[in-house]
Formats: sequence, structure tokens, C-alpha cells
Amino acid sequence: MKRPEKLDPNKKLDIENILEDLEHYHPPRKGWTWRECPPNGVDMGPFHYHDMAEPLKNSLGLPASKYFDHIDPQPKCVVTTEIASGRFEDDIRRMRMAAWHGADHLMVIRTTGQSHIDGLMEGTPEGVGGVPITRKQIRASRKACDQIEEEVGRPLNFHSYVSGVAGPEVAVLFAEEGINGAHQDPQYNVLYRNVNMYRSFVDAAEAKKVMNGARIFQIDGAHNANATAKAGWLVMPELMVQHGINCAFSVAVGMDKELIGLSTVPPNAPPAPKLWYDLPYAVALRELFSDFKMRAQQNTRYIEADIEEAIRTHTIDTLISMLTSADIQSTITPDEGRNVPWHYNNIRGVQTVKQTWAALDGIKQLVELKREGPLGDMVRDLKVRAIAFLEEVIESGGYFAAVEKGFFVDSAKYPERNGDGIARDGKGGVGAGTIVERDTDYFAPVCDHFGYNNVPAGLQHACDEIDGCTLCKPEKIVYIDELDPEDSAEKRLEQTFAYRKGGMVKPEAEWAGDGTILTQFFVPLPEDYARAYGIEMAKKLGLIDPEVVNLQVMHPAEGCFIEVKGKVGFDVELASLKIPEKEVILEENVLRDAVKKVGLTVVAGTVGEDEHSVGLREILDIKHGGIEKYGVKYHYLGTSVPVSKLVDAAIETGSHAILISTIISHNDIHRAQMKKLADLCMERGIRDHIILIAGGTQVSADMAAETGLDATFGRGTKGIHVVNAIVKTLIKRGVY
Amino acid sequence: MTEDRITRFEERQKVLQELSDADLKARFWQLCDQLVDPIVELARTHTSPSIERSVLLRMGIDSITAHAVVDRVLEAGLLGKGAGHVVLRVSRKHHVDIPTAARTILEDKAVLNDLF
Repeated sequence: MKRPEKLDPNKKLDIENILEDLEHYHPPRKGWTWRECPPNGVDMGPFHYHDMAEPLKNSLGLPASKYFDHIDPQPKCVVTTEIASGRFEDDIRRMRMAAWHGADHLMVIRTTGQSHIDGLMEGTPEGVGGVPITRKQIRASRKACDQIEEEVGRPLNFHSYVSGVAGPEVAVLFAEEGINGAHQDPQYNVLYRNVNMYRSFVDAAEAKKVMNGARIFQIDGAHNANATAKAGWLVMPELMVQHGINCAFSVAVGMDKELIGLSTVPPNAPPAPKLWYDLPYAVALRELFSDFKMRAQQNTRYIEADIEEAIRTHTIDTLISMLTSADIQSTITPDEGRNVPWHYNNIRGVQTVKQTWAALDGIKQLVELKREGPLGDMVRDLKVRAIAFLEEVIESGGYFAAVEKGFFVDSAKYPERNGDGIARDGKGGVGAGTIVERDTDYFAPVCDHFGYNNVPAGLQHACDEIDGCTLCKPEKIVYIDELDPEDSAEKRLEQTFAYRKGGMVKPEAEWAGDGTILTQFFVPLPEDYARAYGIEMAKKLGLIDPEVVNLQVMHPAEGCFIEVKGKVGFDVELASLKIPEKEVILEENVLRDAVKKVGLTVVAGTVGEDEHSVGLREILDIKHGGIEKYGVKYHYLGTSVPVSKLVDAAIETGSHAILISTIISHNDIHRAQMKKLADLCMERGIRDHIILIAGGTQVSADMAAETGLDATFGRGTKGIHVVNAIVKTLIKRGVY
Repeated sequence: MTEDRITRFEERQKVLQELSDADLKARFWQLCDQLVDPIVELARTHTSPSIERSVLLRMGIDSITAHAVVDRVLEAGLLGKGAGHVVLRVSRKHHVDIPTAARTILEDKAVLNDLF
């Protein structure tokens, strides 16, 4: 198999290229992969980590990583992100971004209603709330993933859903096209999709067998009960029963336990006392299901419009994973409660896990759960209730009878009942009456087929009868490109060409050229007025289709924090953007030579009534890579130094330069101090002989000209930048 | 009725509280296995249109043809033989390859007569 095309990190994914020659593309590898985790931990930068995997070849760390040698520790668990733009050509760009931040489980949500389509979809029609899962969409996405995984240096698990009334066909499609993980749980179909219960289980057996053959990792659907039940934290015994049924059924139809995962969510969220519910549940589950994998999901039940609130809950969810265990840590985009997830919110979800995981690395070596006392009692109580639930199901006539009686998704804590469970009729639902008994001469001449099969005697494989099935001979797979060329990726790509390759720019949240932006502000109005104002303001800004997506009352009368989204109606030409030229830093040895020859000396201090010292010390001290490292001698006069004192000191010591730090920017005091320094040096007649430099958090490079200084620096400045500016000024003046 | 259920639960709880953690776990899995047993048997002995379409896909037949062929096989009352089995028989009888046999079934219903 040909190696995937190599991506250039400085170039966008070429979607047109990915769509080329898809007819002959087959994935170079199949099956699920876990992260590589060295048993003795991982050393990165100045730290030793206990719960981390091998780092990536190419990645982007947390914002603070610049203070730590740009390290980007990768949790030992697989990290999931869920993608649902409705257009696969935009999904794959998001996958690349997510992979660069550490996601290696890319879950693609299906378009609304696909689970009720009796058969496979083909082509690349546009979806709603997800993407139509088709052979072309999977093949193109898998091809993109094959390129992206080479770029980041870690296998990517591409994931979708085997549910609905076409489960076995979808499973075969996934096996053929190299999907690595999938949801499969017949109970999900029955309870939430109203698929006939007999059909759902008969189909599931075949689907699971096919998945197992392609080493596709399975995730169940039990967590939907706490997203559906009114009080999600009460349905825990039932959740364990649902997990148990899917696991036992999967094993019984031939699935390896290592391919079976539980989808589990900490069911509660603050202001509830989350830990008292979620921790015993997490412990009980991991004890009963120790043979299976844990896919820890984050809570969605109580997420509404506020992104920060979601992230805080998800941080605690991740803490629970670390206190117990997680083989896969899923992430929920924090904007899920208010819109279809946006590009950058996938990244935020991944960052929540990465940040929490790094902060709590090795936590189990430092603290342990206290089993004696309430935790142990609650764990046992949950197990006992789950077992009693199972006993009652069996006494009531088995699983199907229990579903008919509404045993499941009742919002009370078992054995209490609210009578609001989801009851289904065995004779009803989508696909009712469609299962057929196999005759004694039933025969299916293919691999990975479940159940009774009257394979002719003497055959090694059932598919020998047809000279190999598609699972053995991928060249037999029949590829359909499009059924409706008007509703296709190619058509959409023509429309977005200008924004992808044509030199036009618009911001985007989901799709190339969608123009969507978000504004955030405080408005000193009560709630109703604030909402109306938000829309009015956005309209005056020229935003199209403005909508208030979040509002938080800061005080009933004083005002509200508000977020308004809308679309930008104009394009900007890329060629019209002026990019400031990047300062070229002289070679270190050139700088050192110059400093030595001139005997470079500077005076430095924080000016005005300003006690900040850390920033300037970092510019000066050898320890922080400051100017001292390059041989510069400095006289540091401290904080709250009058500008005149610095000028006097410079004259006295015969220094070549004055470095001032000015952090406080209230009333533009920083600008005033900088101007004062230039003016004073003029007055004293030394301006032509001295180099004047200022720095501070609110200072920027373009302030030098307006304040009359030689160079000005903002955040992120290092000693070398300052030495570079001094030496360049010396060269310009002909001094060196 | 509800009170009976609660009483029954309390009886179960009493018995289960006596079990060790290991025995609780064993009991949980024994019940799960017992519960799924008849469902597995149902799946072993039955098939569905989607299962049969998935068989045809694996035989190298495209999704649209597979769908139509299974509909024909179902109408003819032959799904219990296996749709793949039906296509295979047509292919043998008419000396054509599998995809052609599938198309033949769509073109001429009569090919499904007297196959078994």
C-alpha cells in the first residue's frame, strides 16, 4: 500500500486532492490503536510525568507551554473529539486542528434521521447536525486521517455509529473502509430510536461480529439514559444493567473483551454535590466491569449556553477519570448547549482534558480513595440495586418483556419508579415484523457472519464459494461516487473556493466562508433590555442574522454579560493585508562580539510609581536568558525610579543605553513615561549618544516612533531581542 | 403492586448484602449472561433484510443493487435461504458472475423460481 501523501504544516489540507482517485483508495491499516505509554513514565522539559503517553511529532501545547520549553504532554488515554459540521470537507480540516492539539479519536456525528434510513446512503449530500455517513465520506475522511496521522506522528482512530435499521450494512461498510471505532448498542435503537426490539438485537449480533473481524472498537449507548432521564444521577443502577446487557451480548456473539468499551458519564453537575454521586458510581462501574474498557464521557445533561460553566464541570469529570480510570477520555465541546459545535470549541474541549491531566499527573500515587466509610457503602449499594434490577427483569419474563413494561429510563432510583420509563411494544417500532427464521439450508458465503450458516462441507472459509468476499479482497468493493451531483462536496467546494484557495478571507465557525463570529460584552441593562440591545448593536455593527447565544445576569439592575453571534457580510482580500516585517535577530556570536568590543553597559529600572520588577529582571538576568548572558553589564536601579534618576545614572556610568520598564498603563501613564525619557535626554544633550528602550505588558513595537525611543517591546520579549535592538542601533549610528 | 415490588427489593437486598464483593460481581455477570442467552439464540436462528444486504455487500454487490435484490428475495419468500445463497444459485444456474447474477434478479423475477 502506497504511503499517504506528506502534509506540509504550513499548508492547508488540499480537499480537491483528497477527493481525487478515491475510487481506488483503501486504508493502509485497520483496527483500533491505543497510545504508546512508556511504563516508567515520560520525561519532558524539566519534568517527569507518570500518566503520559509518547509526545507527538507535531503539536500545539497549552497556552502556558511557552513558559515550559513548549512541552505538550499527552495523556496516556485516547482523547476523543466529536465533530458535526454537516459537511465532511470542513470536518476533515477540523480533524487536523484537533489532532494537532492531541485528539486521536475523531468521532463523526451522523446527520439527523440517518438511523431510520433502511439502507446505506451514498455520495456527499449536506447533513443537518451531522454528516451523512457514506462510503465516499468515510473514504475521503479516512484518507485525510491517514495523512494527518503521519503529520502528528500518532495513529488516529476514526469513529462513527453502527445503529439504526441498517446496522449490519453500516458495520460492513466500516470494516471495508477502515473505521476504527463505532457505537453499537441494540438497546439504544430500541429505547431512543424506536427500532423494533427483535430486529435491533438480531441485526446487532451480525454488526458486532463484523466489527470484531475488523478490530473496530465498540462503545455502548448506556450513557444516553442519564442524558434523557429527568434526574440523570438517579438512574445509575439501570445504567449498570444496560452496560451489562450490551457487554454480555457482545461477548456471547463473539466480540473480544478488549474491543468492548463502556460509554460512561459522571451523571451529576454542580451546583449538585457531584462527587457524592459520580465517584461511587465510577468506582462501582470499574469494579464490576474490570474486564472491559472505560470510555469516560463528560456531562452534557446540564450544559446550557455558558461555555465557562461547561468547562468547569468537564474539569471535574476529568478529575473523576483520573481518580478512577479512563482508557478513552471523551470531550464535549463546551458550546454544545447553544449551537452545533464550532471549530475552536473542539480544541477547547481537548485542552480541558490536557490541562487537567497534566495538572493531576500521578495523582493516584499521592492520594487514594477512602473505601472505608460512605464511599464503600455507596459503591455496594449501587451494585446491589443493579443486581436486584436484573433479578426483577428475569422474573418479569426477560429483557423484551421488561422493555414492554417500561423498566428502562425511568427517572427514579431503582426500585422506586416514576412511571416515566420508555416502554416499547415488541410488535411495534421501525422494522417490526421484518426478521425471518433461517431455513436449515440457509447459507451466507461471506466472512464474519454471525449465527447459523450451512457452509458446504470441505470449505475453509465460507467465502471460498465465491472466491473471496470484500473483507478478504478489498478490490471487490463497489464504490459509488455520487447519486445527486448537485448536492455534493464538489458543488460545495466550488462555492467555497474563494475562501479556501482564491485569496478571499472570511472568519468561520463551521464551514469555509460561513462568516460566523461571536461578540462578548457587558451592557449595563436588565436582562430583557440587554437582549434587545445585543441584537440592535450587532445589526449596527453590520452583522447578519444576529442572535443572542448566552446571557448572564451580573445584577438584576446593574447589567448583564452577553454573547451575540452573527455573520460577517464582507470579504477581505488576502493581498490587502499588511503584515509587519519580522525583526531579523542577529546571530548570537555576532551580538556577543559587538557587546564585547563596545563594552556594552546599560542602566535599567521600572519607572514611575510602579513596583513591578519581574519582567525587567527576566530581561536582565543571566538566569532567565537576559542581556547579561550576552556579556552586557547592567546597573539596576530598582522599581519606582524617577526617569531623571535613570538619565543621571546613565551619564555618570557612561552607559550606552537606558532600559525602562513600565507596566502600569492607567491614563496612558506608560506612554507619558516613555516620552519623558526621550525629552529629558534631548534636554541634556545626550539623545544622539544614548539608546533608549522601553518595555511592558501594554507596550508594543510600534510605540517607539510615537514616543521618540529607539525600540519598544511588549509581552514575550527575551533578553536577546533587547541586545539585538541595541547592537542594531549601534551599527546604524556607526559606533560599531 | 408498587409496594410489593419494594418489599421484594428489600428481600433481595437482604440476601445480596450477605455476599462478598467477588460474589456480587459473579452474580451480576451470571444474571447478565442468563438474560442475553435467549436473545443470542434468537439472533443465531434469524436473519433480517439488513443482514442479507450486508452479505450481498460483502459479495461485491453495490448498495443500491443489494437493496433491490433483498426486496425481491423477500417478496419471493426466500430470505430464510439467505439472499447471498439465492444470488449464488442464480450465478451457478446461469453461468454468470455474482454482480451479474444480482442484476439478473432485478431484471427478471422469474429467475427466482425453482432455485431450491
